[in-house]
Amino acid sequence: MEALTRRRLLMLGPLAIAAGAGGAGAALLLRMQEGRYDPHALPSMLIGKKLPVFTLPGQPPSAGFSSADVTARGRPAVVNFFASWCVPCVEEAPTLAALKRDGVPLWGIAYKDKADATAGFLDRHGDPYVRVARDESGTVGIDFGLYGVPESYLVDASGIVRWRWAGGLSPDIVHQDLLPKMRALA
Amino acid sequence: MTRLFAAILVLLALTGGAHAVSDPAEMLANPVLEHRAEALGSQLRCLVCQNESVEQSNADLAKDLRRIIRQRIVAGESDRQVMAWMVARYGDFIRLSPPFDAMTLLLWFAPAIAVASGVGAALLARRGRAAPPAPLSVAEREHLDALLDP
Repeated sequence: MEALTRRRLLMLGPLAIAAGAGGAGAALLLRMQEGRYDPHALPSMLIGKKLPVFTLPGQPPSAGFSSADVTARGRPAVVNFFASWCVPCVEEAPTLAALKRDGVPLWGIAYKDKADATAGFLDRHGDPYVRVARDESGTVGIDFGLYGVPESYLVDASGIVRWRWAGGLSPDIVHQDLLPKMRALA
Repeated sequence: MTRLFAAILVLLALTGGAHAVSDPAEMLANPVLEHRAEALGSQLRCLVCQNESVEQSNADLAKDLRRIIRQRIVAGESDRQVMAWMVARYGDFIRLSPPFDAMTLLLWFAPAIAVASGVGAALLARRGRAAPPAPLSVAEREHLDALLDP
């Protein structure tokens, strides 16, 4: 009897481990499919820290803006890096337009893009931004820890970065992450 | 056969040292500083390709980071300062060799843990094995012989 339970335990142990690993893997794949998990995504070093100090020229007809301008209105805002050469930026355009309709202040930074290319992009896909600035050299992007476009940073009223999303924003991410976090800050 | 092996080794040695930074315009004129910049760049992960170093990668971001490394070295910063600047923006992930701290303890000790658990399992398995049966006594052997040769 004792030998039997021991053997059964020896069988059940690995089985339980395999089942656990399988469950975790399935959950991961499901989240990847829903676009809520990106295995290549890096954690942002900016979370809980002040927005990097910057002043950038504008994308005409918009005036440029500085890090201070983003939080000058005393409410949470989103800084969004984009580029005309970036495909996920096209995909997230409708989501950004919806955010604008919801009254979320979006500050756009055109990353490593030519002025006329950015202008064409905003013409084609809409301009959801309060203002659009140009980071042609990409140095402000590097200060943000940017490693691709688009990237979106949620900044609270005191200028502290609370959340970052690397990749295109989808309605799922907006409703499950961005908007609840924004409401919690307000 | 040995000659073929030697040829393969030479080829490997030749390709192993190759860098993507072949653009002389990117390099510093001072060979000592350039050497430091290359050493630093090869310790940094390219954030775009993730399995290449900043020094090897052709990604735009890697190119920018190479330029920044050189600017900061020329400005008189130490290797440690340049590294700290990078880690402040991109986190420890940018370091191809992870630092030894509380977060990476498990990572660094994983080989030792694996060996220890393997040795432990082997010892346990040995202890659990039943002892070999005692050799037959003289009386038993005689009984057996009698049975086998009637």
